[in-house]
Amino acid sequence: MNPSRKRRIRLVAALTAALLAASALVYTSFSAGSDEQTASQLLDGAVAGRTYTLAGTVKDHSVTRSGGVVWFSVLDPHKPVAVRVRYTGIVPDPFREGRGVMVQVRRQGDLFVGEKDSMVTKCPSKFQVAPPRSSSSPAASIT
Amino acid sequence: MATVGRALLIIAFAVALYGLGASLYGAFAGGRAWVDSGRRAVYALAGVLTLAFAVMEAAFLRSDFSFSVVASHSSTTTPTFYKATAAWSSQEGSLLLWVWLLSIWSSLALALTRRRVREVAPVATAVLMTFGAFFLMLTVFWANPFQTLAQPPSEGTGLNPLLRHPAMMFHPPMLYSGYTLFSIPFAFAIGALVTRRLNAEWIVSTRRFALAAWLCLGIGIVLGARWSYTELGWGGYWAWDPVENASLLPWLTGTAFIHSIMIQERRGMLKVWNASLVLATGTLAILGTFLVRSGILDSIHAFGASTLGVPFLILIGAMVLGSVALVVWRRADLRSEHQLDSLLSREAVFLLQNVVLVALAFIVWWGTFFPLISEIFTGTKASVGPPWFDKYIVPLAFVIVALSGIGPLVPWRRLTLASVRRGFVIPLAAALVTWGALLLVPGAWAQPKPAAFAGVVAFVLASVVQELWRGMRARQASARESAPVALAGVMRRNRRRYGGYVIHAGFAVLLLGVAISSSFQHAKDVSLTPGQSTRVDGFDIKYVRATASATAEKISLGAVLDVSKGGKQVATLRTTRGFYPSQDVTQGIVGRFFGGESESQVGLRAGFGRDIWTVINPNLTPLAGIIDQGNRTFARAMTGIVRGGASQQALTELYALRDQAIAAVAHRFVSNPWPADFRFIVSPLATWIWIGAIITFLGGLLALWPAPAAARRRVTAGYAARVARELARTTQ
Amino acid sequence: MDLLIVFAVVLAVVAFVGAPLRGRARGLDPDAAARAELADLEAAKDAKYREIRDAELDQRTGKLSEEDHRALDAELRVEAIALLKRIDVARARLGAAAADASDAPEAATPPSSVG
Repeated sequence: MNPSRKRRIRLVAALTAALLAASALVYTSFSAGSDEQTASQLLDGAVAGRTYTLAGTVKDHSVTRSGGVVWFSVLDPHKPVAVRVRYTGIVPDPFREGRGVMVQVRRQGDLFVGEKDSMVTKCPSKFQVAPPRSSSSPAASIT
Repeated sequence: MATVGRALLIIAFAVALYGLGASLYGAFAGGRAWVDSGRRAVYALAGVLTLAFAVMEAAFLRSDFSFSVVASHSSTTTPTFYKATAAWSSQEGSLLLWVWLLSIWSSLALALTRRRVREVAPVATAVLMTFGAFFLMLTVFWANPFQTLAQPPSEGTGLNPLLRHPAMMFHPPMLYSGYTLFSIPFAFAIGALVTRRLNAEWIVSTRRFALAAWLCLGIGIVLGARWSYTELGWGGYWAWDPVENASLLPWLTGTAFIHSIMIQERRGMLKVWNASLVLATGTLAILGTFLVRSGILDSIHAFGASTLGVPFLILIGAMVLGSVALVVWRRADLRSEHQLDSLLSREAVFLLQNVVLVALAFIVWWGTFFPLISEIFTGTKASVGPPWFDKYIVPLAFVIVALSGIGPLVPWRRLTLASVRRGFVIPLAAALVTWGALLLVPGAWAQPKPAAFAGVVAFVLASVVQELWRGMRARQASARESAPVALAGVMRRNRRRYGGYVIHAGFAVLLLGVAISSSFQHAKDVSLTPGQSTRVDGFDIKYVRATASATAEKISLGAVLDVSKGGKQVATLRTTRGFYPSQDVTQGIVGRFFGGESESQVGLRAGFGRDIWTVINPNLTPLAGIIDQGNRTFARAMTGIVRGGASQQALTELYALRDQAIAAVAHRFVSNPWPADFRFIVSPLATWIWIGAIITFLGGLLALWPAPAAARRRVTAGYAARVARELARTTQ
Repeated sequence: MDLLIVFAVVLAVVAFVGAPLRGRARGLDPDAAARAELADLEAAKDAKYREIRDAELDQRTGKLSEEDHRALDAELRVEAIALLKRIDVARARLGAAAADASDAPEAATPPSSVG
């Protein structure tokens, strides 16, 4: 077998191997990935006992803490619906009302229990220009 | 001054466009004068942007709130250091930083190569000026850093407290230096492909900048990880977050390029591969810059949607299509001059390493973009988490480290049995000894992966030490120097080689720290009141007392903890949680001081053996009642003052009382402490991550350091003489 | 005041950037391609010398046996000689002007020994 044919065979073999490896990777990612659900999707279709990834914004004035447990409501981005979540574990530093969160939850009736340490908070948008408070009334500027 | 700043940006934009045009015209029609003018345009760009950057910095330092960016990212109570660095915590400021760094590094690159690569440089200049024009177009038309406010507020919003950390302030300039430096090899590659000058000269010019970019980007990545570990309250340093991954992608392909370019230098092989790699790296650098500000991927760092997404996508699309087209068009010039001599050679090891690195990059890229990909194919956004990444990255990282130990031991062109015997015996022995020694450590082999990895690291370290030793002895044989002098001498004379070895050693140590600290970590979440203790991994941790402080900038509630083992005091940890005031008046006059951002001051005791890490999360619920009361009281007082004419004196007195009240509320945490939540983590060998990183970067500096010109000429002349003698002999 | 600063900057930029265009002969350099080829060969020669040095260090640190090193060194020297020959041809093509402009320190190479 001449050397250039040998090289071509090697190249084809290598490319085939790479393609197979990539396909395996792609396949496992689709089975390992967890779908993001909104609050309304969970309320409609969540089955007790399965874990879902809930994504949404924390509802204003909905956060209470007692002991190591945090309770909060997550708003649906498109509908005026929220789900109540009970969560234990690490609460990321940026967590606040009005922030975007992602948390793994399981359904318990109308309550969703967060998996421990599964919460991720979106960092407040550095790159959205928030209009700073301009002094309009004296009372506003001095508080 | 804001108008001056804006005008400077417009001038810079014009200069960039001129530089682009002049360089291209000079390269293909107008000749040297136009090329020189184009290069001067780059220098002028650097000058103008330095002025613009200075204007912005000055505005931050004097807290000029007429500048919109200053008002929304700084405040009078922000410490001076963070005022200066707050400039790039905004979209606009960070874009200006990016293009400023691009102009500086481009000027340096073109100045250093002004007598070389004469055909390639003008096209490269045009490419760099295209990037400059793009970013300046963004700042001029969409994200103006010199935007002013009609009614400047008396106080700014302040810097996000999570960013008030030294590492976080150097992290963007380092990352951006990495990204912009990678655009230089990209530009030179485009130039080389267009002008068909893809040979030795191009390699020499490109390689140095690729290495510098790799170094800066690596430092930036490590700084980000360090920030995460010491500032964020989760105790980790890497989460496979999309923004983290975005900076890792060009670093991985850049590492591959730095190695494979050596093969092209020696054997004229892998030209298509190298051209593709360097073009991909430059594109990934722009992609990384884009990801951070696009909000297209959910992440802890996703900075919300912005209007800049579309221009960036167009630029990246153009870079990808243009790169592919260029490589295909010039494929005849990219044919290999030689073939692989043997599968057992350093070339083959480099090739394997390259393949693994590119595989790693693909895995990281796929996992990062998976939410988008799945949305395209299935309609819902799905994401893969750290376990998925770890499953594929960890074995490949294993292979990379092993190769970094094997490569230096294998000669170029072909490996012989004799060289195997001479080279591999000691490192293999080191690995075996390590594995054997770990059998004696109880529990070490309970986790087989990190234990196996420790052996691989021992192999790498032993091979590096062996190389250093043999190099030193070789020099001593001819130079009669003492050991340290000889070692320094041989390292100085062979910087690329020994710099590379030091990098390999440092990186192996870094990954060992990662492996051991994550596999053998002990973490515990517990609620404690002062006086109570808990036990973590054999350490007794006692909550000694609560702390509280209140300043105009923030309220801190914290704890002092004593750590002991077997009765002996090991460390005292101090951790606090800071609460920053919010501007939200609906939270109440007192309440808003407890309702804004909060961040953790980690209590960390680092040691060569293990790190003891803690954060406190003091629950503010017990204060809710008294805060409410304070809100009502002060609201009533405020109403009275406003009705009475809002005299300045009355307001000042009220503020003083308010501040006293807030301090008193905070102090309750000390006088009547309630249970606080703590997280304790004991990580063995975690400090070696940072030590390994420092060693890696020192190695990079060594590899990058230019040999003094005189020495270079001596060496060249010496060899010229020898070869010339050969020449004289052969022609006779 | 602001206008003055901006005006000054514009003047400075135009003067600096336009300087090469004033007075210098315009038009493409006819020798550009030949000069570039010479530069390429010089860089390739430097790389070849580095390879020779690396091979020597490899031998002295035990990666290459004496025999292997001798073979490799001879191979590399042949390649270096070929490069030197090509450099001389390229220099000749550029003429005396190129030899002056080139900044390679070839003091030790006796040009007369080249055929």
